[in-house]
Amino acid sequence: MVNPQHKFSVRNFNVHYDHFSALRNLNLEINANEIFTVIGPANSGKTTFLNSLNRLIDLVPASRCSGEILLDGIDIRAGMEVETLRRKVGIVFALPLPLPISIFENVVFGLRMQGVRDLRRLNQAVERSLRESYLWDEVKDRLSTPAMNLSGGQQQRLCTARILAGQPDVLLFDEPTSGLDPISTARIEETLLILKKKYTVVLVTNNVAQAARVGERTAFFLMGEMIEVSETGKMFTTPADTRTGDYITGKFG
Amino acid sequence: MKSVQARKLKEWVIEKSILLSGIFSVVFVLLIFLFLLREGFSLFRGESVIDFLFGKSWYPISDPPRFGILPLILGSLLVTLGAAAISVPIGIAAALFIAEIAPLRLREALKAGIELLAAIPSVVIGFIGMITLGPWIKNLFNIPTGLTALTGSVTLAFMAMPTIVSIAEDAITAVPRQYREAAIAMGATQWQTTWRIVARAARPGMLAAVMLGIGRVIGETMAVMMVTGNAAVIPTGFLQPVRTLTATIAAEMGESVQGGPHYAALFAIGIVLFIITFLINGVADLFLHRSRR
Repeated sequence: MVNPQHKFSVRNFNVHYDHFSALRNLNLEINANEIFTVIGPANSGKTTFLNSLNRLIDLVPASRCSGEILLDGIDIRAGMEVETLRRKVGIVFALPLPLPISIFENVVFGLRMQGVRDLRRLNQAVERSLRESYLWDEVKDRLSTPAMNLSGGQQQRLCTARILAGQPDVLLFDEPTSGLDPISTARIEETLLILKKKYTVVLVTNNVAQAARVGERTAFFLMGEMIEVSETGKMFTTPADTRTGDYITGKFG
Repeated sequence: MKSVQARKLKEWVIEKSILLSGIFSVVFVLLIFLFLLREGFSLFRGESVIDFLFGKSWYPISDPPRFGILPLILGSLLVTLGAAAISVPIGIAAALFIAEIAPLRLREALKAGIELLAAIPSVVIGFIGMITLGPWIKNLFNIPTGLTALTGSVTLAFMAMPTIVSIAEDAITAVPRQYREAAIAMGATQWQTTWRIVARAARPGMLAAVMLGIGRVIGETMAVMMVTGNAAVIPTGFLQPVRTLTATIAAEMGESVQGGPHYAALFAIGIVLFIITFLINGVADLFLHRSRR
């Protein structure tokens, strides 16, 4: 029943906000070590989908979910603690959000919350995750300065690093480059391509070209429904649904 | 053409009258301070500042009178420290609960309740403290009188609480929602997020809340006069009557001879109070400004 290649299996999944239906009857699989991109116009349910994968959706008081999401074959609602899920499935938001503490403390925040006190382990985690997010060389001499002093692109890579420090399985990116300049965007995209060797990456983007550049498989969402999901190259050359083609070529959205 | 001039004149009048009211409020404070200084300083022609501040006895109408306010300063300090020890932990905890944990409807109810607490006149709180808390403390500790420093501390804690809770709650609510989401997304629990991130980000505002609450306690007169027993002796513990700076002024101003040394001594106490509250407000302001940056 459970395919070991499938990191996430989403089955008959629905999300409602009060009377508004944000996601309807979603069925899809996300493979391990792939970059899975989600595209679609505003209000299509992309972010709701992403927030469902690590249950951040629970923070919205009016939200109700039905159906199931399996992570490695285990139901993320019934089968595990929400804190454990969120450590395994890290998220980087659209706007860089360093916590109001130092660079070092930002990176080790998740570990400290798990009760890790050993300074050597914390130091190692900081260096490893900052190297993985390509920020180490820029900040290694000022780890104790406030993270707020970094530039936007650096802050976004710091937010990636603090997720990596917890050694997650899956990285969720919610339009991570929407507030960044082209050069910072390129750096983030390069980072994504390297990260997918170790992690499963789910990237929500409103930049269709970005999905084409980094995605391996892509899903197209529209008004709370998944219109189609396929290999990114296939979707961009021969979309199965005309609406997908219209969106990709910029006819709407 | 004329209407343009009329409008300009109107603008000019409005602008200047606002400026004038601003200047007046500052001038009045300065004048009050100058008046305090003038009336109070006449005491120091016959008395040294050291004897005044650190003198151990306050016998203003004996012959010769003795104007040592150390018992009063210590009385104020003791009552204030006690009130802070009670109201700060409870106030901060209440603010965290209201801002972070309470569901929306309970939050509104609690906030309304806190505001109501702030609206109770101090004489009413003092009255309640005198007739309910006093006898209770007297029986509980088996002491001759229930009007003690402890009674004053508990009563004043009630008066500091609304200030502390509402300002601290504002500071906590002002912490960007995104910090909470980021912390929770990293697998922090609700409590870890509240304590490690929200409370830390709101710390300057919470310190300001504490300082303003303490400022209110130090300046409070009516309630404290009713419940502390008003004995101007150097206190050795919480379970004995004390007298505060404020209560001394209120109790004795009516019976002092205008222009006499007793009168001047009461004004000198006013100067001491003014300096203390000025310092506390200054520190609170410092924290508030830091939190805005």
